Amino acid sequence: MSIIPNWLYQLSSPKNFYRFAGIASNWCGWIALFLLVVGLYYGLVNSPPDYQQGDSARIMYIHVPAAWMSMFVYMVMAGSAAVGMIWRIKASSAFANASAPVGAMFTALALATGMLWGKPMWGTYWVWDARLTSELILLFLYLGYMALQSAIDDRDTAARATAILALVGMVNITIIHYSVEWWNTLHQGATVTKLDKPSIHLSMLIPLLVMAMAFKFYYLSNALRRARCELLERERDKLWVRELVGENNSE
Amino acid sequence: MSEASLGTAFISLLRRDLMLAYRHRAQMLNPLLFFVIVVSLFPLGLDPDPDLLRTIAPGVIWVAALLAAMLSLDSMFRSDFDDGSLEQLLLTPHPLPLLVLAKIVAHWLISGLPLLVLAPVLGMLLNLGSESLFPLLATLALGTPVLSLIGSIGVALTVGLRGGGVLLSLLILPLFIPVLIFAANAVGNAGAGMDITGQLAFLGSLLALAFALAPLATAAALRISLN
Repeated sequence: MSIIPNWLYQLSSPKNFYRFAGIASNWCGWIALFLLVVGLYYGLVNSPPDYQQGDSARIMYIHVPAAWMSMFVYMVMAGSAAVGMIWRIKASSAFANASAPVGAMFTALALATGMLWGKPMWGTYWVWDARLTSELILLFLYLGYMALQSAIDDRDTAARATAILALVGMVNITIIHYSVEWWNTLHQGATVTKLDKPSIHLSMLIPLLVMAMAFKFYYLSNALRRARCELLERERDKLWVRELVGENNSE
Repeated sequence: MSEASLGTAFISLLRRDLMLAYRHRAQMLNPLLFFVIVVSLFPLGLDPDPDLLRTIAPGVIWVAALLAAMLSLDSMFRSDFDDGSLEQLLLTPHPLPLLVLAKIVAHWLISGLPLLVLAPVLGMLLNLGSESLFPLLATLALGTPVLSLIGSIGVALTVGLRGGGVLLSLLILPLFIPVLIFAANAVGNAGAGMDITGQLAFLGSLLALAFALAPLATAAALRISLN
């Protein structure tokens, strides 16, 4: 008997993961779309403007979830890459590799929306503030991960090499997270994660959380779809892929 | 032939690397020359105003040190990879992380330690006050080993690749940033008469962390690269 549940064991085979990812990706995509519409409506139309920042504060509904996701995706990516490396699970490595471009996109989005917000609020697009800088470093980490991945021809070697890089980068993520507390700077502190009493009003918090969930489901949908493609490419000599391609050709 | 003990293996590997570096003295000096030249370009490019130079000196010296470390890192495993001795290293019965550590120590002695000797001279060129010289040396002493340790992971990942040098800088420079921030900040603060124990403690803990983890990651990366 293994400590790993049987269903999880079966899911880890590329063939089963491919089928599962196809279904899950569609579902997550539709849920993301629904949440996005609801969240954007409540965020842009139905919530009050900020008493200091006016309507500019509404960019927060994109910016904050994107910034959360930039960290979250990196952690999922590193964890998934580590699982793929340790237990040699191809589906896990494929998911890690598929996460990198999505995470890089969220990071770029967080930076871009932050700059757009910074111009009217701080009077400048860019300041060398700790959080902005660490977000930029995070983008570099994603780009380095993707560069290493594309530099190694053999996909299995690439997966294991990038896993090490991602784990090394995880140490850096920790430093990024605490940088806000270490350097006392321009960027406002977190307002949601203070558990005892969030300093954000409920009418703004709810659309924010809905948007965060929408981004999460979008990430799952997108990354699963990419992972499917990667698995097909990696396993192109295997029987199940040939059968799959044969099925589609004969139709 | 009887099996050498771990200590003997460590020492002989360290000796071998130092000997190799000594035999190629000119190659070893190039990153140091690069360090000096980069630092001396800044007054030419900016303005030889002493106050401006004093302000930018910590950052300039540290950025130049990072770039010099990048240059010298590339050769850490390259020649061993080319002539096959790296594979032999992987086949020894000794734990690979410790053997890797010997190579990292050798690399630091060759490339990091000379920076410590050169830095005060460059500090004077950039009009850095005498109160900043000791902090500069302290940050270099704590920071450059971190560069060698973290850098070794990147070198091990890129050792067999085409165009590994550029890729190496892309992978490793972002990881060097915390060292740069704390070190340059410490030297700058010391110039302003502020306490720098915090930054030094931070650099020390980064060194401890890198010392404990980097050889393990490097060893794993080498096994993957040479697979």
